[in-house]
Amino acid sequence: MSRARILPLATAVALVALVAAPLAAQQPAFDRTRAPSLGAAPALTVPAVRSSRLDNGAALRVVEQRELPLVHITLQFAGGGRLDNDTPGLASFAALMIREGAGTRDANALQAELAFLGATLNSGADWDNTTVTLRVARRNLEAALDLMADVVLRPTFREADVRRQRDLRLASLLQQQDQPRTLATMAFNQALFPAGHPYRRSLGGDSLATTKLDSATVRAFHDGAYRAARATFTVVGDVGEAEVRTLLSRRFGTWAARGAERRPAPVLATPVRSAERRVILVDKPGAAQSVIIIGAPGLERTTPDYAAIQVMNTILGGSFSSRLMSNLRETKGYTYGASSGFEWRPLPGAFRASSDVRTNVTDSSLVEFFKEIAAIRDTPVDADELDRAKAYIALGLPGDLESTAQIAGQITALSLFNLPLTWLEEYDRAVRAVTAADVQRVARRVVPQDAATIVVVGDLSLVRAGIEALNLGPVSVVTVEELTRP
Amino acid sequence: MRFRTLVVALALSAPLQAQGPLRVPVSVDTLPNGLTLIVHEDHSVPVVTTNVWYHVGSGDEKVGRTGFAHLFEHLMFMGSKNAPYPQFDRLLEAAGANNNGSTNPDRTNYYESGPVSSLPLMLWLEADRLGWMLETMDEPKVDLQRDVVKNERRQSYENQPYGMAYENLVAAIYPQGHPYSWSTIGSMADLSAASLEDVKDFFRTYYTPNNATIVVAGAVKTDSVRALVRQMFGEIPRGPAIERPKPAPFTIRDTTIVLEDRVQLPRVYLAWHGVAEYSTDDAALDIASYILSGARNSRLTQALVFERELATGVSAFNSSKRLDGDFQVVATARPGHGLDTLVRVIDAELRRLASQPPTARELEQAKNAIEAQFLNSLEFVSAKADRLNSYYYATGTPDYFQRDLDRYRAVTAADVQRVVRQYLLTGRVTLSVVPQGRTALAATPRVTQ
Repeated sequence: MSRARILPLATAVALVALVAAPLAAQQPAFDRTRAPSLGAAPALTVPAVRSSRLDNGAALRVVEQRELPLVHITLQFAGGGRLDNDTPGLASFAALMIREGAGTRDANALQAELAFLGATLNSGADWDNTTVTLRVARRNLEAALDLMADVVLRPTFREADVRRQRDLRLASLLQQQDQPRTLATMAFNQALFPAGHPYRRSLGGDSLATTKLDSATVRAFHDGAYRAARATFTVVGDVGEAEVRTLLSRRFGTWAARGAERRPAPVLATPVRSAERRVILVDKPGAAQSVIIIGAPGLERTTPDYAAIQVMNTILGGSFSSRLMSNLRETKGYTYGASSGFEWRPLPGAFRASSDVRTNVTDSSLVEFFKEIAAIRDTPVDADELDRAKAYIALGLPGDLESTAQIAGQITALSLFNLPLTWLEEYDRAVRAVTAADVQRVARRVVPQDAATIVVVGDLSLVRAGIEALNLGPVSVVTVEELTRP
Repeated sequence: MRFRTLVVALALSAPLQAQGPLRVPVSVDTLPNGLTLIVHEDHSVPVVTTNVWYHVGSGDEKVGRTGFAHLFEHLMFMGSKNAPYPQFDRLLEAAGANNNGSTNPDRTNYYESGPVSSLPLMLWLEADRLGWMLETMDEPKVDLQRDVVKNERRQSYENQPYGMAYENLVAAIYPQGHPYSWSTIGSMADLSAASLEDVKDFFRTYYTPNNATIVVAGAVKTDSVRALVRQMFGEIPRGPAIERPKPAPFTIRDTTIVLEDRVQLPRVYLAWHGVAEYSTDDAALDIASYILSGARNSRLTQALVFERELATGVSAFNSSKRLDGDFQVVATARPGHGLDTLVRVIDAELRRLASQPPTARELEQAKNAIEAQFLNSLEFVSAKADRLNSYYYATGTPDYFQRDLDRYRAVTAADVQRVVRQYLLTGRVTLSVVPQGRTALAATPRVTQ
């Protein structure tokens, strides 16, 4: 391996010159009382992606990066938790079980061989994807791919292994009851998404469904969901497209579909946009803080307002100098942190603003939240604040493409919405074009005021009276048992 | 990953193969006022990171004034003469950069990452708060961040299941007054006691150019960075020399503690006296921790989680710091089990490892996994910068990467066996966290073998 293969990017060379230029000349008098001028920021350079299909129907995207002898592979199957249907938690359980024994190896042998190769193999499911990722040094790619193919195509799902992982999951479901933030999220999702909506559930399922998991259920799920036709390989690193095709075809070429293809049940229910504010309380006696979530149904990821919403959110609660952080933390001292954000999914997810606040300022914190919500909806943001938020997003984009894993992550996140990596360039432009009027318009669209759902998890003996006195809307109390009951 | 200097070494995952040395070229420069600058050029992506270490942490605090180093970290973002609050965050965000800080028992760290165009701003802001912050510090700023830190303590400790274990554990491991015997977050009472005068004294003592090292890494030219740093930091005066008393040696006597908490499942923490980082047995203890719990097929994980099915999880880790260290095993019981059974299995596995060395394959797996993790962690220029600072402080050599790897390669099976026998069969702290009112589930004092 020679160092000559590593060529600095052209943009980097140009930029260094920019920084170096003022200093190479005689140093001008330095005025400490002013922030130094920044010069031009680096332009966003998106790596080239080659897209094709394998003969078995799987999509393939390759980014050749020869700087380092490393390869990062993501195999993504359309459909994660949304394929669970009658068995909440099944997709994430299946993703865990494929590593618990595959081909001729049990979980221990798999782990030992991967570690020997210096490789990392992971798998998991979110709502819309199941992903298997492999990271390995170039020279061990073939051996690691053999293991990956076993894990994807030939998991063993031994009954004893399924039972062991099922018991572990039951214990972790029990432990969710100890986590105030998890409880708040559960209460919020159950309020926002009606019965039958997939996002109402937890990805990890519930104890009733988990108790019923067995080898046959997991195998049937695997046969229907882990299929070439719904698969996308994203390969980033020290390997070319032709070689990737050969390596993958050799291992995944005979991918035979078994069983009925798994498809998500149609989602008939829509999230509940409450006509009035409503308050849901969960009692955690002795809690040192209250967890607050304020939110409402959000938008689908493909909304044309995406860039404006991201800029708006950066100002409201998406950065260190955001309004929620400045108010609740830096001015009032109520919390360690306050933030807001969206879940971006193919179906509308949720908008949430949240914070963990000191028990005795729970009601005062709610007042401040609604002050900020009113302000971002009622008053146009000023030019400085707007420019800062736009620059923060746009100028940060090159840094989001630093590593192979980051590049692969961007490609897979975008491909869920059929967007190419070059979309980042459009996004860069769209962000720079956002106006104060756009910010106000999207704030009114997505930041809830009168239609807010408010969840508070805390010591109700200390916080309930204060919350009720705010007259935010009807108050209901949900017990931990009700929340965690299937 | 765009880490050209790692090219040779990254190919090393095949076991026990001779490798070319790993080099991270750096330039080290000390200014007349004592500030040390380390520059590493990496031109693969147009980003830059700055990473400042002040050689002061919670270990430099006094009893009754704990939590101070970390409270101070928060105050460093409260504005300085030429960049009054809240300019620090605002200016950096407007330049597309992120920033944060962190405190541990040994050092306080401040870092910024962003497009390479933001470097002059990063350095100007860091210089301004070192040279021109003290005069702007006042009671309201201290009071406000005191509240924020108390909220951080509530969020990360008091309102977390098992959140109070760590503080109780270190107080039992280290003798009273030892720099590592309190938590970095500090106690509520001590945070309340911090005064403006404490803040000013602390700053004058420890926040000096001669007690700081700054690493700049990324798509930069070394000469330009040197010139910029001299321009920004050069006129800040040197501070007094710092005396660091060395804590007296100690041994741990068997101690049993029980905490009741709002948890569903009991958890046991076992802790032994370990070693200082980079000292002779440090790497062998790291490898021992991997063999015990680093992977799905590690010994304690196998025995407790998968064979006997007594625990939901177990982890062993070697926590070595600058002056001293400890080694911990933490296991959570499954529903229906008390902690005594878990401790018996842990003891049996430790004795087994102490009486016969690990297999060659076990040892090789541990080394390869630790090495791969090490190299993967260096994917980002910000992570490289932090490690340069860390190596420089600990060893005086910023480019200690290959020597760090060599420490692990050199560990033998007999070394692992010996360190388990030497450190993990001796006096220990046993801390049980049990659900409220369920003290019968706690681990009971063991009978000496």
